[in-house]
Amino acid sequence: MSTAALSGGPLSGAKGPWGRLRTGTVGGLVRAISSNRKATAGLVILVVFCFLAAFPGVVAHDNPQAEIFAPALGPSAAHLLGTDAYGQDLFAQLIYSTRESLLIALVAGLLATVLSVIVGVTAAYIGGLVDNVLSLVTDIFLVIPAFPLIVVIAAYSKNGGDPILIAVLVVTGWSYGARQLRVQALSIRDRDFLVAARLRGERRWRVIVSEMLPTMTSLIVAIFLGTTLYAIVAAAGLQFVGLGNPDTLSWGTMLYWAQNNEALQAGSPLWAIMPGVCIAMLGAAFALLNYAFDEVSNPALRPVRKRRK
Amino acid sequence: MRYVLRRLGFFVATLWACLTINFVLPRLMPGNPAIAMMARFKGRINGQALKALEVAFGVNNNQSAIRQYFGYLGNTLTGHFGTSLTFFPDPVSRVVFSALPWTIGLVGVTTVLAFIAGTLVGMAAAWRRGGVLDSVLPPLFVIISAFPYFFLALMGLLLFSVTLHWLPLGFGYANTDTPALTWHFIGDVLSHALLPGMVILITSIGGWVLTMRNNMISTLSEDYVRMARAKGLSPARIMFAYAGRNAILPNLTGFAMSLGFVVSGAILVEYVFSYPGVGYMLLAAVENEDYALMQTLFLFITVAVLIAILVMDFVTMALDPRARTQS
Amino acid sequence: MRPAVSKVILEVDDLSVDYASSSGTAKAVDRVSFELSEGEFLAVVGESGCGKSTLLFAIARLLSPPAEVSGGKVVFSGQNMVAMSDKALRALRWRDLSVVMQSAMNALNPVSSIRAQFFDAMKAHGESDPKVAQARSQEVLSMVGIDPVHLASYAHQLSGGMRQRAMIAMALLFSPELILMDEPTSALDVVAQRSLMVQIKQLQAELGFAIIFVTHDMSLVSHFSDRVAVMYAGQVVETRPTGPLFDDPLHPYTRGLLDSFPSVYGPKVLVEGIPGSPPDLTSLPAGCNFSPRCPKAIPRCSTAEPDLYEVDDAQVRCVLYEEGTAGRD
Repeated sequence: MSTAALSGGPLSGAKGPWGRLRTGTVGGLVRAISSNRKATAGLVILVVFCFLAAFPGVVAHDNPQAEIFAPALGPSAAHLLGTDAYGQDLFAQLIYSTRESLLIALVAGLLATVLSVIVGVTAAYIGGLVDNVLSLVTDIFLVIPAFPLIVVIAAYSKNGGDPILIAVLVVTGWSYGARQLRVQALSIRDRDFLVAARLRGERRWRVIVSEMLPTMTSLIVAIFLGTTLYAIVAAAGLQFVGLGNPDTLSWGTMLYWAQNNEALQAGSPLWAIMPGVCIAMLGAAFALLNYAFDEVSNPALRPVRKRRK
Repeated sequence: MRYVLRRLGFFVATLWACLTINFVLPRLMPGNPAIAMMARFKGRINGQALKALEVAFGVNNNQSAIRQYFGYLGNTLTGHFGTSLTFFPDPVSRVVFSALPWTIGLVGVTTVLAFIAGTLVGMAAAWRRGGVLDSVLPPLFVIISAFPYFFLALMGLLLFSVTLHWLPLGFGYANTDTPALTWHFIGDVLSHALLPGMVILITSIGGWVLTMRNNMISTLSEDYVRMARAKGLSPARIMFAYAGRNAILPNLTGFAMSLGFVVSGAILVEYVFSYPGVGYMLLAAVENEDYALMQTLFLFITVAVLIAILVMDFVTMALDPRARTQS
Repeated sequence: MRPAVSKVILEVDDLSVDYASSSGTAKAVDRVSFELSEGEFLAVVGESGCGKSTLLFAIARLLSPPAEVSGGKVVFSGQNMVAMSDKALRALRWRDLSVVMQSAMNALNPVSSIRAQFFDAMKAHGESDPKVAQARSQEVLSMVGIDPVHLASYAHQLSGGMRQRAMIAMALLFSPELILMDEPTSALDVVAQRSLMVQIKQLQAELGFAIIFVTHDMSLVSHFSDRVAVMYAGQVVETRPTGPLFDDPLHPYTRGLLDSFPSVYGPKVLVEGIPGSPPDLTSLPAGCNFSPRCPKAIPRCSTAEPDLYEVDDAQVRCVLYEEGTAGRD
């Protein structure tokens, strides 16, 4: 007869982690973010870092690479974080490093997500042997521990610099998302609207791009956030052990030099602490956004306000 | 049975992939980096060992790539991993087997602990929605789990070792000691393992709490949980046997998947604390361009992860009757 | 069909359930009152979203947030279930009152065997002797026509019909006084539906329990129920013995519902639905909930909220029946 006044009924549980994102598009998304404290916090942090990456000179006045100051100074008005063992201003280094760290993470995250989508959706859509092969490859890459693999690859290509770093992150980061996307693509592949599209004679790739992908947006966004988080931490780890290009300006390399000069024991703890704090904060921003995103797409996870009688 | 065979087949496939990566990588890089490494062996080791390395890295070898490949596979599968540069003249196998127990002890124990504790906390948090556990812990853990492992390791080191001098600065045991099965030594080992262990525990527990909590929340809205309430079962029984047992299933698969991350974190933690496990050895090998050791460690780490995954698969089969008949 | 001795076992009095949603509070169940006698089969019918399932779960105190009982009493076996402590409730559950849900696939624990779930219920009520439990489990399975060998099976290994009957068998473990059934046949095909209904009726005749049967399919219950309660937008709008209700529906909504079913034998008539759709429960119309769609509405309908008025053997929520039989066609 007619539709239920309460969609889904009061007693149906939230089914599945990727429930329908309220398709009020941008307006709905903005409202969802601003009403969720975690999302707002994450977004604010992210915006601050983006600003610092784009306009570092606004906040830091010294040349980060100029070794002109007295080494190993403590924090003071002139040098907010002090100087390192080479006489460089730490605060300037920290701020200027934002750009590279953020860029590496975003580019690696984006590329890995794109690769995930391609592999996962293709495997689900085409099925059969292609699916079996792609799934096997995905699972293998998923299981092989990422960091050791990264270390091995980076060891052979020591002077590759950032492009190698990004490539390595992508190679190790795509499989997680591909698996999830494949599962979701499989579940919607045989839905009526896709069958209808096929019957209309639409070309395969068009069906995938214009019909399937839009329904999978919330999962894709979540995977992007998660993969970027992974890239941030993995990149930092690689640079920390010296497998990135140690002459570049990023938080991970700062940590490398700090560790090399035994900053902790030598009385310049801020040199080791602050880059780590930045990495952690950027990572936390993405983690918060991811967590909040979970809550937006699955109302059952939202904070419960208990009503007292 | 089919399921078991499939999983074993996957094990073999991954192992093969790992070996092939080891074989192909040095040959892919411009100007095979192994050449420089091999030069350092010249004149220092006998023909057999030298040949094995040449086959593995394709240096000074007139054989075709395919023959080299099978030669390499044969050598590896029979345990001839080569000689280590870093710990010359020890064979790689000795280095690896001396480092393994340290890592298994540290990482293995803490990971299992984190999984169990995290799952229980997550279960309790979901059971009492809106309570302290539910509102405080999840966001807290989200933030903590975003911290790189090594950062917490550095902080821990700074706070407890450098500043407070409560715990040792690094290594597996004090270098004034000799390894022996005495209480003193054991105590020494434990005190050195405490800080790295805590770091791994704290960083990895968050993920379990969160995923278990989310799974549990979904499970609690299922009809069979309502049915269990309708039958008058005690809350404890419902939480464990009905909700918990179903909610944990995705986590078990997740545990296997996340081992890769745990291992990665552990490597860095070992590095920071100079803890003599496989992670530390791996990075030492990289620094010394000791590719034979590096490759073998990579292989063993992968195998360890695979074994853990297989174990998890069997646990899942035991807990979920639907998995037993899945093809 | 009605038992000679009508001892009242359940009394629902002004029961209300509120459902907190992002657009306001919805009155999912609004001051529902009725009585149930021993061994009676009461059907609760209505469209999706009218609150019938919510009512059922409210009676059994099985609601989950954000749904909450906001008023009224449910007196069962002399006790008010709404005010009962959890401990007392657990003792009463399944012993005196059991529940059968819509989909056995979802209602049975997928990782436990059927036997484990039967034993669970029995252990929770003090029956710890496995031999006794086994015997009883086999007994109830035979009662519903399932080979007791299936005690060792898991839910996914049984067919849909078997699962449903296994659920009913589970509900019979303690021979309760009352069984609440929430659309237990909806997941089955038509033939299986009828066979299940016949089975339920048989069991009722044998064991004497009362049933509250929630469904959206009126024709299904027309041959099996003693009384029918029709719900609309959270309220009961008509309660009447089955036969008279189908022959001569009093409330305009009931008439509209019945008119929507074409008769197989009767003359061909133009089937009319009821124009419009049910109201948004967070913003109900003033006066009678049904008035915007009612073909018999008078101006008073949009200002005065009707109570349940007694008319002969029925109770009707319509101002047309305010003075008893007045207003009947």
